Amino acid sequence: MEDEQSFSDICGGRLALQRRYYSSSCREFCLSCPRLSLRSLTAVTCTVWLAAYGLFTLCENSMILSAAIFITLLGLLGYLHFVKIDQETLLIIDSLGIQMTSSYASGKECTTFIEMGKVKDVVINEAVYMKVIYYLCILLKDPVEPDGISQVVPVFQSAKPRLDCLIEVYRSCQEILAHQKATSPSP
Amino acid sequence: MPGMVLKAFFPTCCASADSGLLVGRWVPEQSSAVVLAVVHFPFIPIQVKELLAQVHQASRVGLAVLGTWCHRRQETEESLGHFLEGLGAIFSHEPWLQLCRERGSKLWSCKATRRQVPPHPGAPYEDQVMLVFYDQRKVLLSQLHPPAAVPDRQAGDATASAGGLAAVFDTVARSEALFRSDRFDEGPVRLSHWQSEGVEASILAELAKRASGPICVLLACLLSLISAASACRVFKLWPLSFIWSKLSVCEQLRHRLEQLTLVFSTQKAENPTQLMRKANVLVSVLLDVALGLALLSWLHGKDRIGQLAEALVPVADHVAEELQHLLQWLMGAPAGLKMNRALDQVLGRFFLYHLHLWISYIHLMSPFIERILWHVGLSACLGLTVALSILSDIIALLTFHIYCFYVYGARLYCLKICGLSSLWRLFRGKKWNVLRQRVDSCSYDLDQLFIGTLLFTILVFLLPTTALYYLVFTLLRLLVVAVQGLIHLLVDLINSLPLYSLGLRLCRPYRLAAGVKFRVLEHEAGRPLRLLMQINPLPYCRVVHTYRLPSCGCHPTHSWGSLCRKLFFGELIYPWRQRGDKQD
Repeated sequence: MEDEQSFSDICGGRLALQRRYYSSSCREFCLSCPRLSLRSLTAVTCTVWLAAYGLFTLCENSMILSAAIFITLLGLLGYLHFVKIDQETLLIIDSLGIQMTSSYASGKECTTFIEMGKVKDVVINEAVYMKVIYYLCILLKDPVEPDGISQVVPVFQSAKPRLDCLIEVYRSCQEILAHQKATSPSP
Repeated sequence: MPGMVLKAFFPTCCASADSGLLVGRWVPEQSSAVVLAVVHFPFIPIQVKELLAQVHQASRVGLAVLGTWCHRRQETEESLGHFLEGLGAIFSHEPWLQLCRERGSKLWSCKATRRQVPPHPGAPYEDQVMLVFYDQRKVLLSQLHPPAAVPDRQAGDATASAGGLAAVFDTVARSEALFRSDRFDEGPVRLSHWQSEGVEASILAELAKRASGPICVLLACLLSLISAASACRVFKLWPLSFIWSKLSVCEQLRHRLEQLTLVFSTQKAENPTQLMRKANVLVSVLLDVALGLALLSWLHGKDRIGQLAEALVPVADHVAEELQHLLQWLMGAPAGLKMNRALDQVLGRFFLYHLHLWISYIHLMSPFIERILWHVGLSACLGLTVALSILSDIIALLTFHIYCFYVYGARLYCLKICGLSSLWRLFRGKKWNVLRQRVDSCSYDLDQLFIGTLLFTILVFLLPTTALYYLVFTLLRLLVVAVQGLIHLLVDLINSLPLYSLGLRLCRPYRLAAGVKFRVLEHEAGRPLRLLMQINPLPYCRVVHTYRLPSCGCHPTHSWGSLCRKLFFGELIYPWRQRGDKQD
């Protein structure tokens, strides 16, 4: 069962949340970030080339122009491959674990999988920055202390959705985790 | 566990196999069934049980018949279905898994039934099943990082104390005995698994394995001879041992000898980490020697050694001339500062004479330089790192006069600072108590005070001159040290980079696994959930971090703070002291 809704992130950009309910024990949430805009790309390229042309008129060395082109290309490729995240996905499977995938604009996918045995809970945390920001995070169990938390793993770090979107995801995750806690052996 | 979803790990190679029995391991704590192979008809149940007992003996993994697998055309083989259900009575297993697939379609159906009466009344007879497909070959060959603590082989069955998925990897890796027969074997039982089309082997690998035994023995003997020769008494006599400890070439050669002894030792590697380390060292040494030979051929072609030798003496002359200009500048009024004329002249003349001696020495050596360079260049065949270490040593030897100037300037400055601090204490009426290691007050005589104050004044007014000489020579020395440091950094990089692991990560990423990732396959309502489990390879920075080889240990032992403190007080700095050397 698929579902798509539109939300906004903390900076005001538009996000699209796609929910897929594969079964009662497996759900997927896919947040799509706003794409790279042509306007900002053109602006950056023009600035760099104008600066290079200015240097060229001062130094009369044509290497500066080729270097500027090279730098722009490399910078764009690096930005697309390492920085610009297009989509963030959260896949939660009862009794297996939680998987987070980030897809970059160049097609690269970066996946992390956390086993259900290590997950203590999924919560929404508040962070007081210049304003108050909410973020969803996964709490991991501490192997030594039964009630302690060893790590906090934030989810949707580059999409940064607002509280309304987070509440939807949180509710679905809690349904699955509740079922998981009911059926798992006691620690 | 009633109510918990049952996970069936199914190998992708068996998805197209004919109907039969599912053989694998049941992990009750995670409610997961790891299917390792499919046993085809016809079979005799006793022989199947014997085979499983054999594999259990060899690998300490508790295998069992988990259920039935049915791969049929539409509606034609009804009798097979009944027959399969009857098998549940012969091989009793809780829960009994029944996987079924229509030939040529993606529709699967799974059932897991429990025969025993469940403990609480609300629990269902049938469990919900989730299918997880995995590539058997990749899971067998891969290694999880960080490695889960694997229980001792002798200590009974492998328990599932390893976290969920590590247990799956562990099971598949230990069941190699099950995968040894392929469909061309004439055994009593016909199995389907990843090697059933033919056992994977490579002629080159087999030949290398056979040849490696005698070669290792031979090389181990050779290396032990070399290390015995180098540890002989002659080399421990004073002048030679001093020289050996100062030259970085000797350190590098010793390091390489240790590494080669490790690689060619006749002991087998105990765990995969040691095996990787041996492989890394071998590849690193081979690359080093290859680069060294390339450098050698470049140097010896087109008479480059001659050109280098011809260029060396004029360069040394030029450096000496520049130093002379510098000293003349210091003897005048450097940067507008007014120096103490007498001390200035003394120090300047002393250093100029030293420089003059050095230049004469270089000119004396100049006919022999080409021969020396040619022979030294031959050592590049031992490796690029050795050539770079020799370069670093040559730089150290050629700038020996700068080192001497630095030592003279530093000692003079240090003496001055010591004198100044003690006379300053006298000026204030205090004294350093050696017994109690602290500053105490003291009453001095008038004579003592008079002479002390006089000496103090003299030292204070001579301070700028000495400090300036010290500053200039320290900067020169730091420049030389920086150049040597860069060369050492490069040598360290070649020494410690794990090239085999990086190559493995590039070409066979599934061998080094950081974890797993799941993908949900086509899903239809009412059908069981199907997932594909793939290996998530280790990122490159973690590969380097986990497998980097230990380097020589020539790292600076000082922090920036202590370095500045030593410079201020005029203590000599040795930034590239090896670990284990006595501190001066």
